[in-house]
Amino acid sequence: MGEFKVHRVRFFDYMPSAISKMAFNFLSERLAVARADGAVEIFKFTDNYFQEKVIPGRDGRAIEGMCWVGQRLFSAGLNGEITEYDLENLRPKYSMDAYGGPIWSISSNSQGTLLAVGCEDGTVKMFEVLEEKIQFQRNLDRQKGRIISLSWHPSGTKIAAGMMDMIRIFDAETGRATHRLLVDRGLGMSKGREVVVWSVIFLSDNTVVSGDSAGKVQMWDSITGTLRKTHLVTKWDVLALSVSQDESSLMAGTSEGTVVQMQFLQSSVEQQERQWVRTRTFKNHSHDVRALVHTDCAVVSGGMDTHLVVLPLLDQVEKSSKEAKLRKITFPHRSLVRCARKAGLLLFQFPDHLELWRLGESEGQGKHGDCLPVKRNPEKLLQLTRKGEDHICCSAVSPCGGWLVYATVSAVRLYRLQYDNNNVSISRVSKLPKELRTVHQLCFSSDSSRLFASSTHSSVVVVALSNPEVKHLHTLKCKSGSKQPLHLLVPSDDGKWLATANADCEIHVYNLHKMKLHCTVPVYSSCPTAIAIHPSTCNLISVHADQQMFEFSLQQKEYTEWSRRLHKEGLHSLWLDRDTPVTRVAFNPENPAHIILHDTFMFCIVDQSLPLPDAQTKFYNQMTLRSLPAAERMRHSHAFKICKYFQHLMTVELLEDHSLVVVERPLMDIMSKLPAPVRQKKFAT
Amino acid sequence: MAALYEGYTLCAFVPQQNLSNSGIQGVEIERDSDHVLVTDSSRSVILYKVSDQKPLGSWTVKQGQSLTCSAVFNFQTSEYVAVSDNKVIRIWKEDDPLLDKAFKATVTSDIYRVLSIPSWEPVVLFQSGAVRLLDSLLSAPQQPIEDVLSQEESIRWSTCIAAEKQQQLVIFTTEQKGEHFLYLQGLNPNSLQRYRLEREEPGLSPLSFSACYRNRHIFLTYLYPNGRVYQSVTSVRAQGGDDGAQSLPVPRSLLLVLPVGEGLLEAASALVLDEAHVAVVGVPHPSAGAGRDFLCIWNTNFQTLQAGKEMAGRIYGQLWSFSNKLLIPHGKTLSVIPFECPKSSLASALGKLKQAKSKESISSTFVPSWNSILHGDKAQPLRTAETRVTRTTRNKSQSTTSPTIDQVLELIKTAPVEEVQEEVERFLSRSDIQGLQPSVGRIASTLVSRSLDDPAFYSSHTLTQLLNTQCLCHSVCPDLVLLALERKDYFLCQLCLQFFPDIPEAVTCVCLKAFISIPDVDAEKASLEPGSVSFMETVILKERGVVSLQNGFSPTSVEDFSDGMSGSKSRTEVDETTFNQPGLKCPVGSHKAALLNEILQTAYSDTFLLPHLKDLSSQHAILFLQYLHFLYVKCSQDHLLQVHGFRSPSLSQIMDWVCLLLDAHFTVLVMTPEAKGLLLSLHRFVKSQVKLVSELGKIEGSLQELDKMKTKRDIGQYSIEVIELL
Repeated sequence: MGEFKVHRVRFFDYMPSAISKMAFNFLSERLAVARADGAVEIFKFTDNYFQEKVIPGRDGRAIEGMCWVGQRLFSAGLNGEITEYDLENLRPKYSMDAYGGPIWSISSNSQGTLLAVGCEDGTVKMFEVLEEKIQFQRNLDRQKGRIISLSWHPSGTKIAAGMMDMIRIFDAETGRATHRLLVDRGLGMSKGREVVVWSVIFLSDNTVVSGDSAGKVQMWDSITGTLRKTHLVTKWDVLALSVSQDESSLMAGTSEGTVVQMQFLQSSVEQQERQWVRTRTFKNHSHDVRALVHTDCAVVSGGMDTHLVVLPLLDQVEKSSKEAKLRKITFPHRSLVRCARKAGLLLFQFPDHLELWRLGESEGQGKHGDCLPVKRNPEKLLQLTRKGEDHICCSAVSPCGGWLVYATVSAVRLYRLQYDNNNVSISRVSKLPKELRTVHQLCFSSDSSRLFASSTHSSVVVVALSNPEVKHLHTLKCKSGSKQPLHLLVPSDDGKWLATANADCEIHVYNLHKMKLHCTVPVYSSCPTAIAIHPSTCNLISVHADQQMFEFSLQQKEYTEWSRRLHKEGLHSLWLDRDTPVTRVAFNPENPAHIILHDTFMFCIVDQSLPLPDAQTKFYNQMTLRSLPAAERMRHSHAFKICKYFQHLMTVELLEDHSLVVVERPLMDIMSKLPAPVRQKKFAT
Repeated sequence: MAALYEGYTLCAFVPQQNLSNSGIQGVEIERDSDHVLVTDSSRSVILYKVSDQKPLGSWTVKQGQSLTCSAVFNFQTSEYVAVSDNKVIRIWKEDDPLLDKAFKATVTSDIYRVLSIPSWEPVVLFQSGAVRLLDSLLSAPQQPIEDVLSQEESIRWSTCIAAEKQQQLVIFTTEQKGEHFLYLQGLNPNSLQRYRLEREEPGLSPLSFSACYRNRHIFLTYLYPNGRVYQSVTSVRAQGGDDGAQSLPVPRSLLLVLPVGEGLLEAASALVLDEAHVAVVGVPHPSAGAGRDFLCIWNTNFQTLQAGKEMAGRIYGQLWSFSNKLLIPHGKTLSVIPFECPKSSLASALGKLKQAKSKESISSTFVPSWNSILHGDKAQPLRTAETRVTRTTRNKSQSTTSPTIDQVLELIKTAPVEEVQEEVERFLSRSDIQGLQPSVGRIASTLVSRSLDDPAFYSSHTLTQLLNTQCLCHSVCPDLVLLALERKDYFLCQLCLQFFPDIPEAVTCVCLKAFISIPDVDAEKASLEPGSVSFMETVILKERGVVSLQNGFSPTSVEDFSDGMSGSKSRTEVDETTFNQPGLKCPVGSHKAALLNEILQTAYSDTFLLPHLKDLSSQHAILFLQYLHFLYVKCSQDHLLQVHGFRSPSLSQIMDWVCLLLDAHFTVLVMTPEAKGLLLSLHRFVKSQVKLVSELGKIEGSLQELDKMKTKRDIGQYSIEVIELL
């Protein structure tokens, strides 16, 4: 009953960018991750590590430092600028040159009143954090050599600065350098090379912890300026340090891809004095660990190998709970692939260009597991390079394939595509309505006559597309007054409805005929990761970051019977245990009871006509069913038909000809494009 | 054995006045090996179709002009090329009637010869040693020709060879003040290598040269008037450098020493036919006096004469060979003699010789074995040679007076057994191993002929000693095996079978017959090699001994079940059931069995053995088959026997003989009641083997399917698949 021809696509060369810095906001439990291409991602840890916001990168913005001040996020980089981000409009709010050359680090005092940045020219510059901006206050004593790392004493009176071959302690009030701590160079080969203090941490007991390029983690007494203890952690560099809030546990990330834990423990029961003892080593990365965050119950690490790893510390969490599982986040929680369902086209979004592909064709029929002969190979129709320095934040192709649009934080560009046999002609629509300026999401109506664009304050700009002219029709505004950006924007197939979801977890449904808000779905605590409106029943399906699923009738404005039953009986535990969010919901026009969902590791058809699985049911039962005779299958089948044959899915889409498009990005392909990791001595090599 | 067939006359010619030269200047191959161009020594070129013995065309230059080298066929353009008066190149087609109207080009220097080989462009070799491709020469005929050779150096012989598919090589030899040089001129890219041939006795210069190309090496074979045929091997790859003045000496090896009779050879020629055969003309036949009008084929590996033919009339020392025909001018005719040089039966039996067990015994002999010739493994004999040399040097000091080979030979002809024994012993202890081989051969053959003539004379000890030097082979003293059989010296027979790599199948069969018909009582008396006898004793002992338990598992219990599942009898089960047959015991005594084992281990070729095997009487055939069956069952049961280090026949050797015997005597065996049980049991065995093989085939098939499934998993960038969700 569910037989599909599947276009298995592996030519989307998506390459995630390396993680360069991270900052964790302990108040809101959000993690800001800076990537090498300048993009900043916000992960909401309380909501199943959902990637809530993405601020696109920009050429030349190499972020070297990032910090939260309250709910404000600042970054500084090698372009010498300090940038504050507008998290509601997903763009930099302003940038300010520190006039000290490239900036290597940024750190705020615990009070959130001052920002210190360490510059290439050897100065530590203090900025005052004001309401809407920051203001330069003064320089601390200028040093010879660049300031690589900075850390404030929790009291805010002292600053430790890591430099080449040394650490300086400054008095934050007078700006005087009080101590100079000389760091040993490495032994042997690296003896002639300067040692770089990649990371420092100032603890409240006046201990300064440093991690350096000679592989040492050292504990210094900042009062006397003496070295207390040295831990040789690696042969390579210690790139990142992070300490838990209670200062009892310290993590060090190395070039080998390991994270080493040190704990502040009593060396024996009688002794009261505590010492830093190296305890555990974790290896979850193949390359440099460049960024590290020690949360209360987990250590979050990221680096060159582009994975974000959340490693729960098992002494802090309950073993059987969901938090006790290691998470590896590799793919974005939104789709970078758009599909023109009618035209059979795929649009791949890269930070700096778009690729438009036409799918191939096959001939003949086959049974399950067959590989059909490819009659026509897929073909790259278009590669569109973006203009300007800002990276592409969203893009869309119309279902007919005739329109293409993409947006950066500064501009929206709309193109008309014409197909003449094998030639594609592209023409830019030059005059766009001025309402299309700040855009977070873009999509076309199913008849390709409208373009929807999400704008500030969760509003949606509706634009009519006709050949000579592109006209602004209306701006849909929600009444809740939410300032959060929309991350989902889904029109219904019949053109009557438009559903939106924002970071405040609100789902609004607009009636496009009347151009007004139809209803708001009751707000659920978890952020929706995928929504869709059923073409025939006009029910809204929403799937959330905590893996819950709802069906909301737009006519009755209430949850449907099936949805209530689903919640009464509860989803299967294996469904809830999945650690990647569902990023796409689609429907099968041939069978209205079918809902097609996918996450990174599976795709699933939910058959609403079948019984829901209870806790005792075998959840992944495709193999079992296949071995049963057809008559008996019915008895054993349940609503969730899960296919794990395809892995590392970027998207799953049902084309108009009822064939599925599956875009895979095998991890091996990504790994093979990474630079070589540091050489490690292995046995017998 | 190579053979020369009945020849026929291609054409007649008029020999030149001085009689030293035939009237034929050259014979060259035309479009195929059935067409030849014959250039006579004066003015005409005639095209013959050889199989029809018929001229197809004839061209003549004007009176007063003469052709100075043989005309050749340009395979690329299908034209003929000849040179008249040393400097004029003439080119014409088959349908041009008159040579005088054909294309002419005059060059600046004297041409030695035009060389042409199939699928390559003809090459012009000048007397100065320079080489030009015909096309490039014709494009500028007046181009200056450089002098490659020095003043008094002149070309004696030349040929052209295609070195694989990459390069054309012109090879020529020159003479300068009694010294001979070999030139290898490579074309495209040009390269010139010059070698100096070693001097033979002063005043002797080679009568003929012949070159061939194998494995990236040029093999140059040349004959001296004293009957010695040498071979020099040079590498084509070796970049000899550009200056031809620096000529390296090229090493030579003595290939053959031909009997010359009285005086030196005058008009003789040696032509290499293949790796092992040389055709020689103008050399006396060893068994036919001093007349030199013979065409012979010699095997160079075994130094044996393979075929000979007397040619009527004068021999001019000219010889050509095209595919399987020799062209030889003699008297007033040019004759065509078809020949054949098949690999001898030993060669085709090589597959059987390759078995590790037989290989050991073969490679330790000093007779050039097929293995060492073809595969070039020389390591083993060398090692044994060293040990022998040290021993002989030690002995050298002891024996101050040592007999020469001729003295020994004389002695053998007359002296009594004891004296011969002593002398040969002394001779062997003295001789160093390098020179030993020819003399041992001569001593052995003299001894054998004396023994054959004189029934009272027989020295088993001496012959054994000679055999143990491992320098003997059957070809050297063909009568030795038969002599040993006649004198019932079974030990010597055993040694011969062990050491001789080249016993003909007929002789093998004679031995087999003799061994089978020996009464067991006689056989027990013979003292044989202890190893072989003890092997058989082990085998027979096992038969009598208690059935051993393998891992505590008694094979008899298998039999009880095997009937129930007779469909799936495995090979071992069948063996075990036959093993438990009450009647199965060794049909011959251990000594006789040891002798038969030697037969099983000799090299042979099926086709040659089969007719001789048919001569076996049915009684003997059954006995032999019974023995083979017994041996097979034993050997297949107890793998220890194979491992033990005994010289024992391998399973496949036994099986081959069973098959041969069945082939030879099948109808007789079927009719003989005594053989019925034996045949049935063999049949059962074959059936189970067929079953096993078919099961293995099935497994192979399913494994291949699995393999296919695996490759399907490996998908590329894009594929269209079908999935079904249930």
